[in-house]
Amino acid sequence: MSQLLLGVEDVTKTYDGFKAISDLTFYLFEGELRTVIGPNGAGKSTFFDLITGRAKPDKGTIEFGHTDLTALNEYEINRLGIGRKFQTPSVYVEHTVWQNLVLSVKGPRGVFSSIFHKWTSTERDRIDELLKLVRLDSKRDWRAGQLAHGEKQWLEIGMLLAQDPQLLLVDEPAAGMTDEETHRTGELLISLAGKHSLIVVEHDMTFVRQIAQGRKVTVLHQGSLLCEGSFENVQSNPKVREVYLGRGKGTK
Amino acid sequence: MRASKRVEFWATALAVLVVLVVLPCLNALVPASSALHVSDFAINLYGKYLSYAILAISVDLLWGYTGLLSLGQALFFSLGGYMMGMHLMRMIGTLGQYHKPIPDFLVFLGWDFLPPFWRPFSSLAFALLMALVLPGALAAAFGYLGFRSRIRGVYFSILTQALTYAASLLFFRNSLLMGGNNGFTDFKFLLGFDLRLPSTQRGLYMATAVALLLIYLGCRWLSRTKFGLIQQAIRDGENRVLFSGYAAAHYKIFIFVLAALIAAIGGILYVPQVGGINPSEMATDKSLEAVVWVAVGGRGTLVGPIVGAIGVNALKSWATEAYPDLWLIILGTLFILVVLFLPGGIVSLPGKLAPLWRRKGGPP
Repeated sequence: MSQLLLGVEDVTKTYDGFKAISDLTFYLFEGELRTVIGPNGAGKSTFFDLITGRAKPDKGTIEFGHTDLTALNEYEINRLGIGRKFQTPSVYVEHTVWQNLVLSVKGPRGVFSSIFHKWTSTERDRIDELLKLVRLDSKRDWRAGQLAHGEKQWLEIGMLLAQDPQLLLVDEPAAGMTDEETHRTGELLISLAGKHSLIVVEHDMTFVRQIAQGRKVTVLHQGSLLCEGSFENVQSNPKVREVYLGRGKGTK
Repeated sequence: MRASKRVEFWATALAVLVVLVVLPCLNALVPASSALHVSDFAINLYGKYLSYAILAISVDLLWGYTGLLSLGQALFFSLGGYMMGMHLMRMIGTLGQYHKPIPDFLVFLGWDFLPPFWRPFSSLAFALLMALVLPGALAAAFGYLGFRSRIRGVYFSILTQALTYAASLLFFRNSLLMGGNNGFTDFKFLLGFDLRLPSTQRGLYMATAVALLLIYLGCRWLSRTKFGLIQQAIRDGENRVLFSGYAAAHYKIFIFVLAALIAAIGGILYVPQVGGINPSEMATDKSLEAVVWVAVGGRGTLVGPIVGAIGVNALKSWATEAYPDLWLIILGTLFILVVLFLPGGIVSLPGKLAPLWRRKGGPP
């Protein structure tokens, strides 16, 4: 049995009286690839905000290993080894692809060390490796703003991997991608599981089926856990069907 | 890439040669009757432009490179100037209107001895130290409070504007013992040199040119370090910076303090050349003007602010003489035109015109 990596217990977060997350309990084990689905407004993004320190829970605990995350801010949590990919690709549009990666690669983060930093050959090699992995090696000197939407998504995934985080939070990685790109993204995420742990939020059910094969899926609804289980179990769960279909939205 | 670097190098070298060698020589060595002579008045005026260029770089470091639109940079410029002014006031000695060993305005306020906080300013070294420490400390305190509580965007701009306005009100008060609304004026000596002599003014002009060059080169170097990349990343995607493990607030505090120090250096050099400093230098419109220089010259570049500061102020010198009532309208129109039609400022013009030139059959 692998070790517990992330423990979210009885967490509630209210925005102006609206319960975005209510009494949510969630566990993730080392090396796991977990897919989180749920209709719009189910609290998926708030869930990521709470883990990454962007929002603080009203009550409940969030522990990463033995560290209490609720007392830390974004950059401290990131330094512990939690990386996040945003829903809309967030890359530095005026920087080149190479510069985007070099700012992400693991290393010192202080003001003064950044002034006197010299790029090391280890960093360069690591970036070359990542460029190949996300298939952007021919575009290393492009401005990130010139990339296609799908390529930006890949660049951001590359930036995440450059940080070599223990836990990756990936918000809708397949949005705006072609079917082929989506499939390749799925393969990449699956290949990361084991060495890293991942939580992937996604809407595209073909994609979810691909990456959740034989793995656990968590369904959120109105800020709470609706059910957890294999993709097939979840898909045939009447409550899940009601939540998706009852709102007039197909599961695609 | 190579060719553009060579062009950049020679253009810089040429500018340095003209500003630092040719103009002072034409002033000092060519007789006043010659058409090539540069007048003492002009040298003094150029020196003022160059100290404004230093202020413009400080605005651009924040606005163009980090996305922090400070509308209060003239405050740090003025604080540097005031500290320098205190020393120059002490150097008047007993040559003031009242022939007392303390500044005239203090005599006027009924003082017959020097207030204790004025005493160390008899030392130039102390005055220069304070001219950097005070603006730096104020920027650090403001940055610490503001950036840690995540004040950004337009809120940051408004607060910096309020800060400089509050400071100008404070300096208007006689009870601050900083000269009230008249500020400091009637300077006589600096390091024993008579400030009224053309040679002294020429020296100050050259010192300003050297300071500007060093600041330009320093900022150019900084913008190419990893720090520079992070600075620009904060401008384009602060969230990504935070979620990449960088404490964005620390970077912003650092850059805000650095910009304040640069502005202060501009102020230190400005005051002995202009011959005075008063609270109107801190008024809100001064900081806004500096933003216009940067916008017109080209923000996010280091040459842009220099070109903008010199260009707009040269235009101002001409317009306030030719059309005194129209200056603000001219300035406003210029700003609107640049924002609408030339967002990259004057320095982006060559790049925009190059394709046109090529189409007309010039060399490809």
